Amino acid sequence: MASGIPRISSSSIPFYRDTRIIAVLVQIVFAIAVMAGCWVLYQNMIAGLARANLLPTFDFLNVPASFPIAESVIPYDPSMSYWQAFVVGLLNTARVALIGIVLATILGIILGIFRLSSNWLLSNVAMAYVEIIRNVPLLLQLIFWFYLTKMFPRVQESIAIGDAIFLHNRGVTLAWPEPTASFASWLWWLVGALLVAVAIYTVRQIQFRRRDRPGVAIPYAILGWMVIAGVGYVLTTVITGTAPAVLVFPELQRFNFIGGATVTASFAALVVGLVIYTAVYIGEIVRSGILAVSKGQREAARALGLTQGQTLRLVIFPQALRIMIPPMTSQYLNLTKNSSLAVAIAYPDLFYIANTINNQTGQAVPVIVMLMVSYLSASLFTSLLMNWYNRRIQLVER
Amino acid sequence: MVTDGATARIPSPDIQRMVTWVRANLFSTWYNAVITIVLVYGLISALVGLAGWVAQAQGWPAAFTNMKLILAWTYPNDQIWRPQLAVLFVAALLGLSAGVWRGVVQLVAIGAALTAGILAVPAIGLPEFAGMVGLPSWLALATSVALLLLGIPIGRRAGGWLRWVLIIAWITAYPIVILIVRGGIGLPVVETKLWGGLMLTLLLAISGIVLSFPIGVALALGRRSRLPIIRIFCIAYIELIRGVPLVTVLYMGSLLLPLFLPGGESVDQFIRAMVAVTLFSAAYLAENVRGGLQALPAGQTEAARALGLNVVQTTFLITLPQALRAIVPLLVGQSIGLFKDTSLVVIVGLIDLLGAAQNVVGQPDWLGTPGGVWRETFLVIAALYWVFSFTMSRVSKRIEDSFAKSRH
Repeated sequence: MASGIPRISSSSIPFYRDTRIIAVLVQIVFAIAVMAGCWVLYQNMIAGLARANLLPTFDFLNVPASFPIAESVIPYDPSMSYWQAFVVGLLNTARVALIGIVLATILGIILGIFRLSSNWLLSNVAMAYVEIIRNVPLLLQLIFWFYLTKMFPRVQESIAIGDAIFLHNRGVTLAWPEPTASFASWLWWLVGALLVAVAIYTVRQIQFRRRDRPGVAIPYAILGWMVIAGVGYVLTTVITGTAPAVLVFPELQRFNFIGGATVTASFAALVVGLVIYTAVYIGEIVRSGILAVSKGQREAARALGLTQGQTLRLVIFPQALRIMIPPMTSQYLNLTKNSSLAVAIAYPDLFYIANTINNQTGQAVPVIVMLMVSYLSASLFTSLLMNWYNRRIQLVER
Repeated sequence: MVTDGATARIPSPDIQRMVTWVRANLFSTWYNAVITIVLVYGLISALVGLAGWVAQAQGWPAAFTNMKLILAWTYPNDQIWRPQLAVLFVAALLGLSAGVWRGVVQLVAIGAALTAGILAVPAIGLPEFAGMVGLPSWLALATSVALLLLGIPIGRRAGGWLRWVLIIAWITAYPIVILIVRGGIGLPVVETKLWGGLMLTLLLAISGIVLSFPIGVALALGRRSRLPIIRIFCIAYIELIRGVPLVTVLYMGSLLLPLFLPGGESVDQFIRAMVAVTLFSAAYLAENVRGGLQALPAGQTEAARALGLNVVQTTFLITLPQALRAIVPLLVGQSIGLFKDTSLVVIVGLIDLLGAAQNVVGQPDWLGTPGGVWRETFLVIAALYWVFSFTMSRVSKRIEDSFAKSRH
C-alpha cells in the first residue's frame, strides 16, 4: 500500500471482512481441495491397480516390444525394447506432421489466393472446396481415403499418374531424386550456398534495422540459397559430365518397383487427408490475412508509384504475414494433434504405438503420461518457436 | 462484338449487363480467360463423371436399408418415439424462445428448422423400421420444423410469464432429454450400450457443450483471477488439455476414469466418453470466454465498481453477460467443431454415426457388390454431417453479421 493512504488500524476491520485475508484464505482452501481431490483419485487408482497387480512402473520400457511396426524411419525390429518402439512412433508422428505442414501450407496459400481471385468461377470453386471439406469430420475423410487405397490394384497393374506416381496395393511409389557420383562436389556448393544465405539474411536484417523499417529477410536468404545451389548444379553437371542428383523414375520389374520411393497406403491416406483438411483452414487464414491489410495501404502504395508486384511484396505481404502467424501456428499444432487419428487407419504413429504398448503391458498410467508429455512438449516447443518469430516481426509501436 | 456500328443488333439491357458481368468476372485478362475455360471443362467433366457414378453405383441400398442403424443404432424399435419426443420437445422450446427473445435465438431456431427441413425431404423415401413405434422419420422432422416455426408467433404474442417458464424449461431441458431417452421413473430403461448412430453423435455433442459450459466459464474467470494459485491451476488445466489431441483425452477417459473410482466399478462407455468430451470442450470454451472478457472495455468494470457493485455482482451482472453475448458466434463454431469431433469416439469403441456407417460397410450382405458399398455409405453420412455443420455455420455467420450491424 502506498504511504499516502491513511493506515487503517487492523482492529477496525474484522479479519473475515478484510479482502486481502479472504483472498489468501480462498486460495488455501482451493489448493487444499484440489490436492485432496487428486489424492483421493490417486489412492483409488493405486488401490485398483494393486488389486489388478499392475502398479505403475516404467520398468517395462526395457523389455523387448516383440511386436512388428509396419514402417519406421529408424531401423526397428520386434526384439528391440518398448522404449525404442515408442521412439519409432514419435518419429513417425514427426514425419507425418512435417510433410503435412509443408504440403498443407503450399496448398493453403494456393487456396487462399484462389479465393481472392478476380475470376468469379475460380473463387467460387475454391469456396465450394472449403465448404465441403470443412463441414465433414476429418476422421471420416481419413477413413474414406484409406478405403480408397484398398481399391488399388496389384503392383503389376499399378495405376500410373504420368511416369512419376504409381498407386498399388502396397502403397504409393513416387519418382524421387537420388544422388549420383558427382553429388559430393555439389555438396560443397550447397554448403557454400547456405553460408551465403546466412550472410544475406544478416545483411538484410542490419539494413532493415538501419533504415528503421520492418521487413522479412528470410525470402531473400532462401532465394540466394536457391540461386547458388542452382548455379552449382549446372556447373557441376557441365564440369563432371554427370548431374549430381537426378530424379529417378520408378520402373516396374516383375514383382516390384526399382527406383523411386515407396510409402505405405496408410501413410499416403493420412498425408492426403490431413493436407486436404488443414489446407482449408490455412487458406482461410491467408485470405483473411490479406484482406485484413487495409485498402488504404494498397492505395497509398500504388499512389506512391509502387508497381503491383512491389505493393504486394513490400506493403501487403509483410503486414499480412504478421496477422497470419498466430493462427497459422495453431493450425500447425492442430495438424500435428490430428495426426493421432492415424490409429484409425493403421499408420503406426505415436498414439497407435502407445495404444499397442498399453494393450500388451497393461501399464495404462505410464503410457498415458509418456503420450501426454510427448504431445505437450511438441506443442510447447512449437508455440515458443512461433512466439519468438512472431515477436521478431511484430511492429514495434512507438 | 457488343456494338459493331449500325449493322449490329442492339442487345437488350439484360443481355448487355450479362455480357459486361461475364467480361468483368470471367474474362477480364487473358489468364483469367484461360482459367475460366480450363475450369469450365474440368467442372463439366467432373460433374458428368460423378453423375454417371451416382447413377450406376449399386451400393445405395446399404445405407438406406440400414438407416435405422445409422440414425439410432440398436435403440429398441418400439421405443423410437422417445428420441423423437426429445427432439420435438427441444424444437418446441427453441421455437417459443425464438419468439420471446428474437435476435440471435431466432436465427438459431431458423437454422435448426432449415436443417430439419432439408433432412425431411430425403427421409420421405425411407422404409418403415420393423416394429417401430413412433412417427415416420419424415413426419417427425416435419413436425419439428412446424414446432420451430409456429413457436415464433406464439412466443411473440405470449405474455412475460412465458419468459420465466422457458428459462426454467431450458435449465431442466438437458436432464429431461436424458430422462426421456434413457428412461427411468416409469419409462423402461434403455441402456446406453444400445445407443448409437446419429443419436449418439448428437447426444455427445450436446452433452459436451452443455456440461462444459459452467466449467469453461469458471476456468475463464479463474484464469483472469488476481489470486495466483487459482490462476495457475486454471492456466495449467487449459494449456494441458489444449496441448494434447482429443483422442488422448478420450483414451484417458476410457482407461483412467474407471481407475479413479473406488472399488473399480465399471463405468458406462457413454459416460466415459461424455466426461472426456466435456473436459476437453471446457478448455476451449474457457479460451473463447476469456477472449470475450478481454474484448470488453475496461470502463465497464470500472463503472460497475464505481456504482458500488462488488466483484461477484460486477462479473455476473455486467461483464460476463456482455462477454457471452459477444462470443455467441464462436460458441456456435465450437459446437460445430465438437459435433464433428465426436466422430473420434469410434476409436474408443463407441458406435456413433461414423461407427454405424463402418459397421454397415462391413456387413456380409454387401460382399457381392463390386467395389463394396463404402463409397455410397460414407457419402450418405458425410452428407448428414455436412447438412448439420453447414447450416449451423451459416447461422453463426448471420449472428456475426447482425452483431457487426448493431455495433455501427
